[in-house]
Amino acid sequence: MSKRIDVKDLNVYYGNFLAVEGVSINIAPRSVTAFIGPSGCGKSTFLRTLNRMHEVIPNARVEGEVLLDGDNLYAPGVDPVAVRSHVGMVFQRPNPFPTMSIRDNVLAGVKLNGGRLSRSEAQEIVESSLLGANLWNEVKDRLDKPGSGLSGGQQQRLCIARAIAVKPDVILMDEPCSALDPISTLAVEDLINELKEQYTVVIVTHNMQQAARVSDKTAFFNIAGTGKPGKLIEYAETATIFNNPKEKATEDYVSGRFG
Amino acid sequence: MAKTLHETPSVTKGRDVTATQTKTPESPKELREMSSGRGAAGDRIFSGAALAAGVLILVALVAVAVFLVVQALPAFVAPQSQIANGQGFWPYIFPLVVGTVIAAAIALLIATPISIGVALFISHYAPRRLAQILGYVIDLLAAIPSVIFGAWGISFLAPALVPGYTWLSNALGWIPIFAGPPSATGKTLLTASIVLAVMVIPIITSVCREIFLQTPKLHEEAALALGATRWEMIRMTVLPFARPGIISAVMLGLGRALGETMAVALVLSSGPLIASLIRSGNQTIAAEIALNFPEASGLSLNTLIAAGLVLFLFTLAVNILARWVISRHKEFSGAN
Repeated sequence: MSKRIDVKDLNVYYGNFLAVEGVSINIAPRSVTAFIGPSGCGKSTFLRTLNRMHEVIPNARVEGEVLLDGDNLYAPGVDPVAVRSHVGMVFQRPNPFPTMSIRDNVLAGVKLNGGRLSRSEAQEIVESSLLGANLWNEVKDRLDKPGSGLSGGQQQRLCIARAIAVKPDVILMDEPCSALDPISTLAVEDLINELKEQYTVVIVTHNMQQAARVSDKTAFFNIAGTGKPGKLIEYAETATIFNNPKEKATEDYVSGRFG
Repeated sequence: MAKTLHETPSVTKGRDVTATQTKTPESPKELREMSSGRGAAGDRIFSGAALAAGVLILVALVAVAVFLVVQALPAFVAPQSQIANGQGFWPYIFPLVVGTVIAAAIALLIATPISIGVALFISHYAPRRLAQILGYVIDLLAAIPSVIFGAWGISFLAPALVPGYTWLSNALGWIPIFAGPPSATGKTLLTASIVLAVMVIPIITSVCREIFLQTPKLHEEAALALGATRWEMIRMTVLPFARPGIISAVMLGLGRALGETMAVALVLSSGPLIASLIRSGNQTIAAEIALNFPEASGLSLNTLIAAGLVLFLFTLAVNILARWVISRHKEFSGAN
């Protein structure tokens, strides 16, 4: 269920503009990997290439390979739709479908991939996914109410439930807590810790304490200047990145001497 | 920052003072002077203008309604034997209402799926350049006067449809709406409905396109990230989000189709109410008024205005119904 990700020499382009250059990284299954770095350094862009979500932007393309347990996501004939049902994503702002109930939100992806479900199967998936997202007790009495009626933190956990309901191999999180208050953030961080029992989790965060709290390994991205491509500067155990980084740039950034 | 706060009259005085204390040390007297400045006047002018515009619409609506009721009243109170060659008002108006509703309904039945399809193509499928060009063409289509559509209807569309009508009456003649003998000129209610459909397509399309484009990227990406294809993404996010807007757009189109006069008057060879759509016959309220108005006087004029009142009330009822349909799903609308 949980798969490893190996990226080899990945370049990301928007049209002719090279946004991210030469990233190679190996991410172990059942781990949490954090991407940190200043705004515009390409970490979110790179994250999106791991489930081909960057292709939503016209003219965005990549060179290089992303291997999911050895299968290249960018091999000819690979459908991005299939990739995304294996690599789930949670976004910066909670985005449950406003026209759907809590139950239908959880089932949205399952219905896409699996087709028809019996009532008991559906109920089982809803319950297990919401339990998995630590949301079950808060919403079990109002599964037919709209998902948009929940608090921001609950909405984000609903989005996580929706992502794990399709049983992906990898879960990508793009600054999942940046729109949440500290208590909701804590709830989501606890959840990330539980998710790594079953999934490969990759998280982009601007919050370095968060990276230190949740991740096993950390990757630091940086950019040489405006208009220059973002690069992976250093990738190591989280403790190493924060206490004993090899690169000067990493040390400056994690100690707050950046910019 | 502090300065703009002073100029905004909506900010309460208490907050104003706090802002000043933290930003710049100014005396309350200065605050009071600045509070009645340019910003406050502009705000008052704008709110007055907005109120006036709102009131004006209501006044116009009430004036039309009062005019219609006053002018139509004689047709309701006069002895029914004097109205519409002795038919009486209700027997006279009933076939017209039915004809109007059928023509508008067929027009919407044809126009709605086409419009939604075109709007989706422009908003979510076409390359940007093509989408822009298509958008202009659609807007241009909306600007063509109805008499041109009418002329096109008689001179091109009606003759072109005759073979089709002949075929329909042969193949499906056992269904009452396709019963023969078909019109030899093609000037039938179905032709009129098709012309109406062409006329309302640009209206529905451009409203739908605007609404489809407003679907939050956030929700579209959520669907795609779950492994939705583009069509599944549209079904999960764009269409539900746009639902109230689509209903409004269709209502706008319905208003045009119900009230359209010139095109129907030109295209339809009118007659008494019949079930068949491909024979000459049937009539709509608006075309009936237009055709008979020049020679009407006295009670027959009142009768036509009463017909107009019926159309007015019918349109109003349809719009209220549409509002109700939209509001029923408010909780799930995405507005909260």
